[in-house]
Amino acid sequence: MTAPKTLYDKIWDAHVAHESEDGTCLLYIDRHLVHEVTSPQAFEGLRMAGRKVRAPEKTIAVPDHNVPTTLDRAKGIDNEESRIQVEALDKNAADFGIHYYPVSDVRQGIVHIVGPEQGWTLPGMTVVCGDSHTATHGAFGALAHGIGTSEVEHVLATQTLIQKKSKNMKVEITGQLAPGVTAKDITLSVIGETGTAGGTGYVIEYCGEAIRNLSMEGRMTVCNMAIEGGARAGLIAPDEKTFEYCKGRPHAPKGAQWEAAATYWKTLFSDDDAHFDKVVTIRGEDIAPVVTWGTSPEDVLPITATVPAPADFEGGKVDAAARSLDYMGLSSGTPLAEIEIDTVFIGSCTNGRIEDLRAAAAILKGKKIKEGMRAMVVPGSGLVRAQAEEEGLANIFKEAGFEWRLAGCSMCLAMNPDQLQPGERCAATSNRNFEGRQGRGGRTHLMSPAMAAAAAVTGKLTDVREMM
Amino acid sequence: MDKFEKLSGIAAPMPLINIDTDMIIPKVFLKTIKRSGLGVNLFDEMRYDGEGKEIPDFVLNKPQYRDAEILVAGDNFGCGSSREHAPWAIKDFGIRCVISTSFADIFFNNCFKNGILPIVLPEEQRDALMKDAEKGSNARVEVDLEAQTVTSSDGEVFHFDVDPFKKHCLINGLDDISLSLEKESSIAAHEEKLSTSQPWI
Repeated sequence: MTAPKTLYDKIWDAHVAHESEDGTCLLYIDRHLVHEVTSPQAFEGLRMAGRKVRAPEKTIAVPDHNVPTTLDRAKGIDNEESRIQVEALDKNAADFGIHYYPVSDVRQGIVHIVGPEQGWTLPGMTVVCGDSHTATHGAFGALAHGIGTSEVEHVLATQTLIQKKSKNMKVEITGQLAPGVTAKDITLSVIGETGTAGGTGYVIEYCGEAIRNLSMEGRMTVCNMAIEGGARAGLIAPDEKTFEYCKGRPHAPKGAQWEAAATYWKTLFSDDDAHFDKVVTIRGEDIAPVVTWGTSPEDVLPITATVPAPADFEGGKVDAAARSLDYMGLSSGTPLAEIEIDTVFIGSCTNGRIEDLRAAAAILKGKKIKEGMRAMVVPGSGLVRAQAEEEGLANIFKEAGFEWRLAGCSMCLAMNPDQLQPGERCAATSNRNFEGRQGRGGRTHLMSPAMAAAAAVTGKLTDVREMM
Repeated sequence: MDKFEKLSGIAAPMPLINIDTDMIIPKVFLKTIKRSGLGVNLFDEMRYDGEGKEIPDFVLNKPQYRDAEILVAGDNFGCGSSREHAPWAIKDFGIRCVISTSFADIFFNNCFKNGILPIVLPEEQRDALMKDAEKGSNARVEVDLEAQTVTSSDGEVFHFDVDPFKKHCLINGLDDISLSLEKESSIAAHEEKLSTSQPWI
């Protein structure tokens, strides 16, 4: 009898194309997603070496980081460097014959939203992209992680990655979530518990009743931020919800192949007694709606808490917390729910899917955002945008006073014109609150879409449960 | 790729924990389609004020650290995005080695692809080297990849671990795509198997 395996063990074993004596493996890559920022140097490297893309049929490109999200974007990109990067991707996709969703295509959007939406991401696959939030695709029970540009070139040329196996970590969320608590609160709370280096060296499998009860959109939100906890990847075992989501997608298998695939996918779970090197268990009932107060995703507290003091911490975190509070312009002891904001950003690969927009719209229905508030919704893809319009969500946002944008990464990393000015304070549904992330001197508080919507209405960080 | 064998240089101390890739190279500099020229913008928002003037207190702006070739850093260096622009900027500045207690996974791998050696040491040894680095340009730290040692300016020797394959590539400056293509038959065999067992891939 073979030893019990984790989900990660199973996917890993199924993808080792070559193993050296020291355990260094060539891991076969089933799907390679490409965007405009981390790929031009890789394609240039191929050209210099006279190499081709080994498996163009498994390679999918979409521009997302630099693209304007304003309604007039058909006129082109003003910023010359951004334009050159997007044009380089247009050319590279054509020259190397890879699947491409250009800016003008309704299916364009954030690469991690487009992949699952189009059925490129499927259970049991290995998925990589030159972007750390590739972890998102782990929601399907796919081994998915970010890579650097040299590795992008390596995958383009060989369809493999040089890898050593990570350790197994289990994050179990038991029981039920309370009303007002979402997938975003789960994933932020986990990072608050483990720290941003808590997952370093591991692949995390999220499990437990609260994870099972999440929709696919919610599961993607959870896995998306596995990287923020330091893990190479986050995984959730596929189930009927996963299969239901995949079925009928443009690039999902059909007919007999679908049956064969589903039969295989049903074997993708961690065996009883499989060994995990690290286990974290959190009761779903103990998770509150949370926000970040500092400049690291681990700086997480329930909305009912107060801003901490550096002395509340130990070691290097004392100085880091002092620096964060200074940067964020916050004083210890201030209730988080009294912090005033001037900007709201709803979108990103973390929370730019239809369910996120529904959750925000549910709070905003019949309400107006606070006067003077700058608020924008940036759907994760053109198709999410279209669906939200069909469901009447777009009108709710517009009537509330939100800008209703076109798809892209937008203010999550502010490579396009959507940026914070120094000192501006944003309630954001994105994934990073680093210094300068949303614009030099900008201050970011991470939270769920419903919490961001509530903040837009009141003008300060708000406990969404008071508005439900 | 540039080889890395031995290095003797000035070490700059950056004790802050969780130095992320947005700090190392802010996104406005990711719009390049080249790998070179990013050193001037390394740690841009910590290094320059809003007008582009140097902030004198920032470690790499201090006269004694302007030629630093080694960085001794706080825990979890390089967390955040996958941008290889971070190691490109570090290398372009002239830094070839970063020493910390831990590194973020993607950044760690990216370093090896660019001739930079990231060294993981236990906290007390990193702290000792941090103190050494604080002495400024008189304190030269020596790194020997073959011997896997770091030697402080006082002659104290610390041993470090490194993955043998990564060490081999770094010492010899090897292009790992060529190495992987030598195993092309294994890749082709895997693809052949996949075409029957999982044709939907």
